[in-house]
Amino acid sequence: MEWLMWFTKFENTKPVSLVIFFGLFCGVLVYLYGNKHRGAQLESFKNIPLQDDDI
Amino acid sequence: MTTTSVTNTEQYNYDVIRKFAIMTLVWGVVGMLVGVYIASELAFPVLNFDIPYITFGRLRPVHTGAVIFGFGGSALFATSYYIVQRTCQARLFSSGLASFTFWGWQAIIVLAALGDVMGYTQGREYAEMEWPIDLLIEVVWVAYLVLFVGTLMKRNQPHIYVANWFYLAFILATALLHTFNNLAVPVSLFSMKSYSLFSGAQDAMTQWWYGHNAVGFFLTAAFLGMMYYFVPKQAGRPVYSYRLSVLHFWALIFLYMWAGAHHLHWTAIPDWTSTLAATFSIMLLLPSWGGMVNGILTLSGAWDKMRTDPVIRFLIVSLSFYGMSTFEGPVMSLKDVNALSHYTDWTIGHVHSGALGWVAMVTFGSFYHMVPKLWNTKMFSNRLINVHFWLATIGILLYITAMWISGIMQGLMWRAFDDFGNLQYAFIESVAAAHNLYIMRAVGGLFFLSGMVLMCYNIYKTIKSGTTEQA
Repeated sequence: MEWLMWFTKFENTKPVSLVIFFGLFCGVLVYLYGNKHRGAQLESFKNIPLQDDDI
Repeated sequence: MTTTSVTNTEQYNYDVIRKFAIMTLVWGVVGMLVGVYIASELAFPVLNFDIPYITFGRLRPVHTGAVIFGFGGSALFATSYYIVQRTCQARLFSSGLASFTFWGWQAIIVLAALGDVMGYTQGREYAEMEWPIDLLIEVVWVAYLVLFVGTLMKRNQPHIYVANWFYLAFILATALLHTFNNLAVPVSLFSMKSYSLFSGAQDAMTQWWYGHNAVGFFLTAAFLGMMYYFVPKQAGRPVYSYRLSVLHFWALIFLYMWAGAHHLHWTAIPDWTSTLAATFSIMLLLPSWGGMVNGILTLSGAWDKMRTDPVIRFLIVSLSFYGMSTFEGPVMSLKDVNALSHYTDWTIGHVHSGALGWVAMVTFGSFYHMVPKLWNTKMFSNRLINVHFWLATIGILLYITAMWISGIMQGLMWRAFDDFGNLQYAFIESVAAAHNLYIMRAVGGLFFLSGMVLMCYNIYKTIKSGTTEQA
């Protein structure tokens, strides 16, 4: 369990968390803007509130 | 086409929404009335009448509890039930649970107010309620979560519209915040008093982790959910960018959780927590303004509605106040600015530009859209909505201008030294200097309260002319 001690040092965990969270942020960006077809599908969801009167 | 077809016989549970909507108005008037009264007490302390039950210290949590949890909370219950049903095309999955959340929530607000007036408080800001009420909140909130998630799970619409994401984040985060902030050991089973599980600086950090995220999730994320539904509905056009709304969502909920310690700059907390909180507060500007821009640009190509539709005016001006207060917040979180602003009325002004300008205004706009639909009618008077808009806007401007001047003046007076290195002003001199500004603040509050009363009259007449029979 000695390896867990590595995480107790801020100089280790700070850059690791930065890489994880920045990576996640980039992942969200790529998901949203990286594919035209997916982008168009995502944008189509914005009409949901306008369609609920017809139901 | 993203919608799946459902039968026309699908019925929504509007009954619980109507109840919450009415109580939103009731708590709005009560909370704002108490607010105006305590503002007047600060200007004219004689209004205490030497009665302990109505001193500022006891009525202040009555005011914050009634407006945040009574007015704001009831509005969120009402609109979340409305939006989740309509965007999921599904009825709330349990009417009994819905009714339980209504009566449970109202009981909490009443008990909290009674406790405050009687002098029972655990001394945690926006969480003054003693442990028995905290347990009741826990039960009601879990019921709310189960009901919301249960309704999402039985949806007939494949996609979960982004407004529901904001509401779900608000429900989950509030459950987490409430639980950990109120971890305490009661003195005995029959005593209202308890001791916090945390102590010293850790206790302060826990409290402000709660306090700031109460603002971030209760008063921001949830009301953004309201915005993402009612702005497009009232404008008659879809939100500017759905992808931006998704980015806005994830960035906002991630960044908010780290910013609480900026309430504790220059105190006994470790310096790095202070710096971390300030850094995240500055970063918060980006998603906040992304959301504001997304909301305002929804009106692109239909700006004339700002002139002709007072409901749209409420909604768009609320977004402008949202943008302004989410710029002011990060600025105030900088350590050097905070050294001037903290403990002064600037903070009070900042809170109210968000609470009145953003939270209350977006609620008013949403209710003017929703209430006629709940009672199958039209608003009684558009003219009164317009008058309400101007009363509210003038009230807010008077309020926050007074607090800006008074706050910056206090900050400067408290740090002024004379040639010998002594403090230049006694504390009481800064109190006396703020007197006229306190009167101006109370007048601003009175304007805002008058608008609220006018709204109640308008909605009362609307409901009277409507019907609860679903078409």
